[in-house]
Amino acid sequence: MSAPPLRARRATRRDDTRLALLFILPATVGLVTFYFWPMIRGLWLSLTSWDLLSPAEFVGLQNYRDMAADPVFWNALRVTALYVVINIGVQTVAALLLAVLMQRLSQSTLLRSLVLAPYLVSNVVAALVFLWILDFQLGIGNQLLTWLGLDRIGFFTSQTWAIPTIALVNVWRHMGYTALLIFAGLQTIPHTVYEAARMDGASETRTFFRITVPLLRPILGLVLIISVIGSFQVFDTVAVTTNGGPVDASRVLQLYIYDKAFAQFDFGYASALSVALLVLLMVVTFVQYRITRAGQTDLN
Amino acid sequence: MTDTTAVPGLAPAGATTGDQVPRQRRRRMSPGRIVAWVVMIVLLIITLFPFYWMLRTALSSNSALYANATSWLPVDFSWGGFERVFGMQSTEEAIAQGGSGASIDFWRYLGNSVVVATGITVCQVFFSAMAAYAFSRLHWKARDRVFGIFLLSLMVPVIFTLLPNFLLIRELGLVDTLLGIMLPGLFMTPFAIFFLRQFFMNVSTEVEEAALIDGASKVRVFFALIIPMSVGPIATISILTYITAWNDYFWPLMVSYSDESRVLTVALGNFTEQSPQTGPDWSGLMAATLVAALPMILLFLVFAKRIVNSIGFSGIK
Repeated sequence: MSAPPLRARRATRRDDTRLALLFILPATVGLVTFYFWPMIRGLWLSLTSWDLLSPAEFVGLQNYRDMAADPVFWNALRVTALYVVINIGVQTVAALLLAVLMQRLSQSTLLRSLVLAPYLVSNVVAALVFLWILDFQLGIGNQLLTWLGLDRIGFFTSQTWAIPTIALVNVWRHMGYTALLIFAGLQTIPHTVYEAARMDGASETRTFFRITVPLLRPILGLVLIISVIGSFQVFDTVAVTTNGGPVDASRVLQLYIYDKAFAQFDFGYASALSVALLVLLMVVTFVQYRITRAGQTDLN
Repeated sequence: MTDTTAVPGLAPAGATTGDQVPRQRRRRMSPGRIVAWVVMIVLLIITLFPFYWMLRTALSSNSALYANATSWLPVDFSWGGFERVFGMQSTEEAIAQGGSGASIDFWRYLGNSVVVATGITVCQVFFSAMAAYAFSRLHWKARDRVFGIFLLSLMVPVIFTLLPNFLLIRELGLVDTLLGIMLPGLFMTPFAIFFLRQFFMNVSTEVEEAALIDGASKVRVFFALIIPMSVGPIATISILTYITAWNDYFWPLMVSYSDESRVLTVALGNFTEQSPQTGPDWSGLMAATLVAALPMILLFLVFAKRIVNSIGFSGIK
């Protein structure tokens, strides 16, 4: 601060190392303390047995062996996979449809804002609203079913419906956001390509499958990767609506981890479960990246 | 960029079309377009209906809800739901109207949420902006390598850090405090750094050099030049951070145990456990969810355009 002014010198080309270190100091503290250190610590914890009261005890791979023999874990894995498939499947199709409709019909900001509205409320609020809308006795959803001459469905209380319902609630919340991501991707396709197609007399459907989808592939791939990663971590909606029930029908992996840690104080095992989730995410992401070739474009 | 855009499955279109050709604005209402609009409207109704239903339920009386589950308008219009949320009813009154009668300290939860979301937003955006400045405008040797390390953290799923972070907060004695909830989010997110860096890089160097020749320090350049010239992106990332912090549930659920540090999402999440025996107080609950969502909805009404346009890949690519 008290240094003499460096008027005539090429001040801009000066070496700023000291200042830079000062400027990245807070962010580095955050990075090391809350990203890297927990990574290392989580891996270490997964090799221990620890209930927070007595000191942690190193048990090697015992937690992982327990996990392999734990039916609740395998069930959680199956339930989570089912959730992801339904959630991502419906959400991607709906969002793609919405994005293409927005692009073809109207580019208005108002429309895009309305579509994004559910994303602004928390998962908790979304869960509670649908808990009410889909209530067995009083919910308007079940009233609609009876009007249509169908039987009432225990959306959150039946073993068959709990996971699909939760998956669809989250589709409701994320559909608009995903659509806007895809919409942004659509804007990168030069409209000369579309005009060329129109001149050749290609139909809308043909244009969609022969131009839009192939050219959108890298972005669709990225969107899928982002949303699948998010989808695997589902917790809020389940915790608020079913808390894993009925029986274990909606006990997703994340909820099981939470139960192990905060209800049974088995932090070692909970950490091992987290590692399993992490590995799963890495594998799924890698496979998706390869399949969708998200890193390459066909646009040149 | 080349002009020869080869599209698989399509014959070359020739060079007659260019970006300068005005697009045809005159569109006929073909059957296809009508179907498309119908689908669009159906999707919009699905999107917006729950909001209406929240409002309709919040403005109804509980007793009337049981008799008129399907009425499209509020039944037996009443502000009771909102009054219960804000503790404006006596216990007897509340129980008579289907509430639990338990005193929910809604103002406190609201206050806690405001403190947490504001604290996280202000600190996180400021510290991220500082780092983004160092990674975009300062000259130092290890810059790109260090930035690469920061980018690595984008790969760390948040979920994996929660348990160890909880243990750390516990060791720091910050469990059940607002600071404990805020701390992991106070310093940075890789995304915020990444996002702001993109914009800082584009601020013209000429203005900066002129300021430097006039004797301004690089610190001054940051505060008096880079920040004012990036008000837009900074506002955008602030709004996104605020929304995320406001809506977070899992982390505050882990850290907070009492009213002392309970935020709105956690308080609402408890609802299913504390319903009165007569059945849930739906109108009170919907009033509460509306109030919880209101700040975000207001924020959105003001900044809709900015938020909507910020969603895309400008920050990710």
